[in-house]
Amino acid sequence: MKATLMAGLAGLLFALGLGVGGMTNPAKVVGFLDVAGAWDPSLAFVMAGALGTYGLLRKLIVRRAKPVLAQAFPPAPPSLVDGRLVAGAALFGIGWGLSGYCPGPALVSAPVGGTTVVLFVGAMLVGMGVFRAWEVLRAPRTSSQPG
Amino acid sequence: MNMFLLPLLGGVLLGAGAALLLLFNGRIAGISGITAGLLTPSKADTAWRAAFVGGLAVGGVLLALVRPESFGPPVISGIGATLAAGLLVGFGTRLGSGCTSGHGVCGLARGARRSLVATLTFMAAGALTVFVTRHVLGGVS
Repeated sequence: MKATLMAGLAGLLFALGLGVGGMTNPAKVVGFLDVAGAWDPSLAFVMAGALGTYGLLRKLIVRRAKPVLAQAFPPAPPSLVDGRLVAGAALFGIGWGLSGYCPGPALVSAPVGGTTVVLFVGAMLVGMGVFRAWEVLRAPRTSSQPG
Repeated sequence: MNMFLLPLLGGVLLGAGAALLLLFNGRIAGISGITAGLLTPSKADTAWRAAFVGGLAVGGVLLALVRPESFGPPVISGIGATLAAGLLVGFGTRLGSGCTSGHGVCGLARGARRSLVATLTFMAAGALTVFVTRHVLGGVS
């Protein structure tokens, strides 16, 4: 229960940061990506503030034996750099550049941003579902059942 | 001054939100991963994931009340372009195991080479897309 509440609070704080930082303004995001046009560097400061804050706090937090409300910190993910990582990031980047929305700002904007962002979030969830289905279908069958 | 101070403050707030999730829940604030996890419900995980996403939505409502200028109009409004962008973001973030928050903030802060490659890739792909839509095609609706 406490962990659920804290996750909600973390999400709320994250959302306020995205909004104050300007990430929920798609024109600003596209302006940041428009390096050949009227480049708007302000979102680099969002990144800097987030990296500085999280980087510093993370160092202090992982000194603890375990999180306050959980058994362990997450293990470091594999350090693999492969085609899948690059292709996925590239596809995501195209969608991001097209719309100015990445997942966080889209979810923050969904309840208040109008039809377009609701449609975007719906399509994003479908995209995630398609990936899940694709992964299940192409996974090697581990079942020992004949046939 | 607002040009960089507000973005910096926003970054500090969202960094603090991510740190809060790590400190209390021992979780990485990768929005795409947290959201995608909701599509496969599990007893242990669904509640905190839903609460985090719910927190994002509540944050949106609060922002709309207190600071409505936080939300700009969409840059695309055509149904086809919107659906395509959403599908690409959803599928791409899962294939690449993360988005701006997971790779761009949490992964980079951890010093993960993998996240650096992902971040540079989605930034480059985003910049290239904006270049093509804005300066070659002259805009996409």
